[in-house]
Amino acid sequence: MSANRQTKETFIPDFDPIDTFVTPWSTHAEIAWNGQIVTMGILVCLACGLVGSFIVVRKLALMGDAISHGILPGLALAFIIMKSWALFPMFFGACVAGLLCSFCIEWLQKKSILKPDAALGVTFTTFFAFGVLLIAMYGGNAHIDAECLLYGEIGLIPLAESLSLGGVDLGARPIVSMFVVTVLVIISVTVFYRQLMVTSFDFTLAKTLGLPVTLIHYGLMLLLALTIVSSFEAVGVILVISMLIFPSVTANFFFRRMPAILFCSLPLSFVYSIGGFFLARWLDCTIAGAMVLVASLCFALGWAFGPNGGLAWQLLDRLNDKPGNKNARSEGCAVEGQ
Amino acid sequence: MNPPDSKPLEIHDLTVAYHRKPVLYGIDLEIGEGTLTGIIGPNGAGKSTLIKTIMGMVPSNGGWIRIFGKPAKKSFARVGYVPQRESVDWDFPVSVLDVVLMGRYGHVGWLKRVGKKDRSIACECLEKVNMLPFADRQIGKLSGGQQQRVFLARALAQESDLYLMDEPLAGVDAVTEKTIIELLRDLRNQGKTLLVVHHDLSTAKEYFDQLILLNMRLVAVGEVEKTFTRDLLQKTYGGRLTIFTEVAGQSAGVKEYDKETHPS
Repeated sequence: MSANRQTKETFIPDFDPIDTFVTPWSTHAEIAWNGQIVTMGILVCLACGLVGSFIVVRKLALMGDAISHGILPGLALAFIIMKSWALFPMFFGACVAGLLCSFCIEWLQKKSILKPDAALGVTFTTFFAFGVLLIAMYGGNAHIDAECLLYGEIGLIPLAESLSLGGVDLGARPIVSMFVVTVLVIISVTVFYRQLMVTSFDFTLAKTLGLPVTLIHYGLMLLLALTIVSSFEAVGVILVISMLIFPSVTANFFFRRMPAILFCSLPLSFVYSIGGFFLARWLDCTIAGAMVLVASLCFALGWAFGPNGGLAWQLLDRLNDKPGNKNARSEGCAVEGQ
Repeated sequence: MNPPDSKPLEIHDLTVAYHRKPVLYGIDLEIGEGTLTGIIGPNGAGKSTLIKTIMGMVPSNGGWIRIFGKPAKKSFARVGYVPQRESVDWDFPVSVLDVVLMGRYGHVGWLKRVGKKDRSIACECLEKVNMLPFADRQIGKLSGGQQQRVFLARALAQESDLYLMDEPLAGVDAVTEKTIIELLRDLRNQGKTLLVVHHDLSTAKEYFDQLILLNMRLVAVGEVEKTFTRDLLQKTYGGRLTIFTEVAGQSAGVKEYDKETHPS
């Protein structure tokens, strides 16, 4: 990345449009490097946004939090056994640990007197602590950087080793794996859309329809774990939660049906990734953090101006109180009286 | 093993407990085909629990349940369940038509798309409950009675043989109540079997063919004429009889109690 040209005297660096918008795309090397960062950002936001929409409607928003922390012992064990960051053992270990974590949470919720949120807190912190312990005891020479694990460093993604298949260079490993996971997520969400919807909306109906509700639930959890594992190098285990939750809650201010909310993940992922990139460029800060800030900003805008429950519309309704209420009432009565 | 004319619902010696506290005790029931049966009893009598146990949402501690002669789980495909309105998240991002289409999912293969036929059936069902004009509306933007009718439309779309309904008349206005009852009678006339949890004693006699009187134990089951009697109701409602007589007194259908308890 280019050298830091910001002056450090002011709290907010001066905004230099040329340096922010043009310089990153001025040479081939810059384009290749920054293009990879933005692509990774878009893939992360898209996969997380799609899986996250279902997680949010199932009221499992914090399950993402739990799984993102719960994968740590799996990652650590994979590293200790393989003695290196091999792709498949890492994915395998992390997914098993993530699924085990969600299984333990549900087991505790059902079989103990613990409240659901307490069961969640107890389980994932135990998993996380176990992972930290494993790394401290056996991973002395592991290249596990706690800061990178927690916050991620999407700016260094292009540094990762290249993956090649049959002599063809596919690109940086994290981007390739993220791409594969994103495609998998898109396919699963499209093919099993109905099953995911009905099990999320009405568990009992799903059961009477003969759907394997437990299998579908853990399928979704597996998808969530896969998404988190492939994202955490870029955005870390903490910020990945915001990528899961923000797209769907923001889209919710504009759309009232699930397909629209899912589609919304695509434009939002571009906005988050590109916006975050430029914001980080301007403020000279971590890109992952800037992406989340952009996501928060979009959410705030949605909350303020979104047609579904946005503050501006509520205010407007209140200003036109009488006519609005009259309309609503007469419409309701007309049909009730049929 | 299973006779061809097996009953839609048979329950034998069913016991259910929450945290070791019995909620239902030794329930024995048989419901015949093509009947409209009301389940009545005081609060906490286990009316909803009975339905939830049949649907496998609450584990039983003993006894067995058979639906159409098979263990309950194997016959769920023939059962339509209408839950209490509070049991689902009404902010869920689905439209009215989406919810009704969910009732068709049992008729659509795993990897197939919902077809035109399913859509037209869903629309017909919405029409029957007078909710077609609201097909595209998000479910949270409906009144309570409208939400209840959406659930009914979904149950209709399932084309089940046995319907279990948990207070479908709770919180609906008089006109909607009439629409719903008409619909239930229609279904019965088509040979479907309906089991309906009902909270309003004053209308129970008028609405149902059969009654199940429940208060943790089964007090009585059978035709309305034989079960809606003073003795049995007193047994069911126990100490709350005074409240009951007030309710019953207002009801035109049970004048004999009025005379007995309020001689004027």
